[in-house]
Amino acid sequence: MKKKVRFMLGNEAIVEGALLAGATFFAGYPITPSSEVAERASRKLPQIGGCYLQMEDEIASIAAIIGASIGGAKAFTATSGPGFSLMQENIGLAIMAEVPCVIVNVQRSGPSTGLATRPAQADIMQARWGRHGDHSVIALSPATVQECFDLMVQAFNMAEKYRCPVLFMADETVGHLRENCVLRSRDEVEIVNRKRPPEGLEEYFPYKADDDLVPPMVTPGSDYLTRFHSSTHNEKGLPTSSPQEARKLIKRLYDKIEKNKDDIIMYREFDVTKCEYLVICFGGAVRAARQAAIEAREEGLSVGVLQLQTVWPFPAEYISEVSKGKRGIIVPEMNMGQIIGEVRKAVPDKIPVLGANRYDGEPLTPKEIIQVLGEVVSL
Amino acid sequence: MSKRSREVSWKAFLREENLPHQWCPGCGYGVILKSMLYAFEKGGIAPKDVVVVTGIGCWGKADDYLYANTVHVTHGRALPVATGIKVANPSMKVIALMGDGDSATIGGNHLIHSSRRNIDVVALVANNLNYGMTGGQYSCTTPLYSRTSTSWYGDPEPALDICRLSETAGASFVARTTVYHAAMIEKYIGMALSHEGFSLVEVISPCPTYFGRYNKLSKAPQMLKWLKEQSIPIERVKDLSEENLKEKFVTGVFADKKGHSFLSRYREIQSRARNELESE
Repeated sequence: MKKKVRFMLGNEAIVEGALLAGATFFAGYPITPSSEVAERASRKLPQIGGCYLQMEDEIASIAAIIGASIGGAKAFTATSGPGFSLMQENIGLAIMAEVPCVIVNVQRSGPSTGLATRPAQADIMQARWGRHGDHSVIALSPATVQECFDLMVQAFNMAEKYRCPVLFMADETVGHLRENCVLRSRDEVEIVNRKRPPEGLEEYFPYKADDDLVPPMVTPGSDYLTRFHSSTHNEKGLPTSSPQEARKLIKRLYDKIEKNKDDIIMYREFDVTKCEYLVICFGGAVRAARQAAIEAREEGLSVGVLQLQTVWPFPAEYISEVSKGKRGIIVPEMNMGQIIGEVRKAVPDKIPVLGANRYDGEPLTPKEIIQVLGEVVSL
Repeated sequence: MSKRSREVSWKAFLREENLPHQWCPGCGYGVILKSMLYAFEKGGIAPKDVVVVTGIGCWGKADDYLYANTVHVTHGRALPVATGIKVANPSMKVIALMGDGDSATIGGNHLIHSSRRNIDVVALVANNLNYGMTGGQYSCTTPLYSRTSTSWYGDPEPALDICRLSETAGASFVARTTVYHAAMIEKYIGMALSHEGFSLVEVISPCPTYFGRYNKLSKAPQMLKWLKEQSIPIERVKDLSEENLKEKFVTGVFADKKGHSFLSRYREIQSRARNELESE
């Protein structure tokens, strides 16, 4: 079969990936540099009997996709920094009530309204810690237009599999990039749908998990009544202030992600095992890192690149293993140094870890990474 | 309603294991809850046909006492969650239970836009004129100059008229009554349940524990009587001066319009989109 290849924007590929995953509902509030996601969703969804809703703000947008998912749809929203900040409370709701959904953040420079049209990766810690309360979270980050497509399918699959929100942490460089994208067909990819309870149960407990720590989910109108709850609740979905119940719930919500790290964590390796110097990065920064590695190799340096497609949960054990024996590690980020802290925690103490950072609204260049590489080499 | 399903009793909705409820003596919320269940029974609506969305506050506890599909969410966000549920699952009756905080204060923006959108959701607003759950602070519906735990010298802000706001913004069914006029609660909820489009029913409810205690209405019967005295049927409004209407609760049906709900409009948009796809 001839491959369907299209020259398209990263933001457009995000929508195509969502549609392949089975999304039928989008609610959002337009914001630069994510608006093309909303625009394409508004064109495509009504054609397939789905719905595009433009809400009054980002708080309503995430609330609506949570509602749509409870209603039985696969749902997503897209935003950027200011909107992502507004969404935090209800991302917590999706975590606590265990509602699958995908939140796209095409990151721009901040804080506040910052530089609306310029790239950054400075929301990556907000992705991990933006909500109050203990929890784990899944965040993926694409470096190419193809990954905007492919990782969106994965984002939906993980949301459905683990009954949780998945944060899709793109950035302006990738969202506004035009590249070739292979639009895969349904039979080429695995599509995961939320787990249903078996038929004929005497009583369905909405928050009683199976061995995989994920409770089967019911759509209103089916054989069982269901409950969703934002407050600390028991297996019936009734609020409780029992310390035992509270601990059990919080631990399960955390463990269902952390104990499935092997399944959730995805990365790409470019000469990682045999290199002397390793560049660890994600999203838009990967593009500069890979070019820097090529140029450095021409100068006779042995440089590899590790691209984190899954940023959260963080692959600390893997990085700890792979960094052994390296002469130095460089962490390029379009922020003042956020993920570098996680890398430092994972890497043996004696190995130098240096950041290459840009936080002026300009994308990182290979030259800047090579410069830091030079500093590491001369240590 | 030609055919009533008497198989569904209002009691089928009641989660008796969780009773008695946590609401204070003299609170009106038990009356409102039972009226809603009566309306379900009359409408032949079964627990599995309903999604009840609740927010935060005393009224937000209502789902604890129900067998139905229930969704308890963050403060002020019941309406946009209900919107998503209804669009994704249009065969369900989706009803958002909100207090004056959820519906009009923290969630006021969603009330305006749900009304404008005319989304096919029922908003059942229990307005007790203050924030009871947190100890009786003033809300956007607290009457001007009332004393609350955060307006000890009087609330300097005039109250918002939830029904007028919703009607002006485009809701096609809007009605208000009080817990004193208990029979009307069930009637208006019944009308809302069979209405296409956004339907808002506001019920003014006594809170003798906080609002009453701070405003010389601490006895439950006294506060019910006050609700009666403060109420004016909407038919009489045209005969009264602005001065006579100050701080009164106008009761009755504010809007009951047939027309296009969000879902009926969106079905048209979907068919336009499919036609364009076919002609491509």
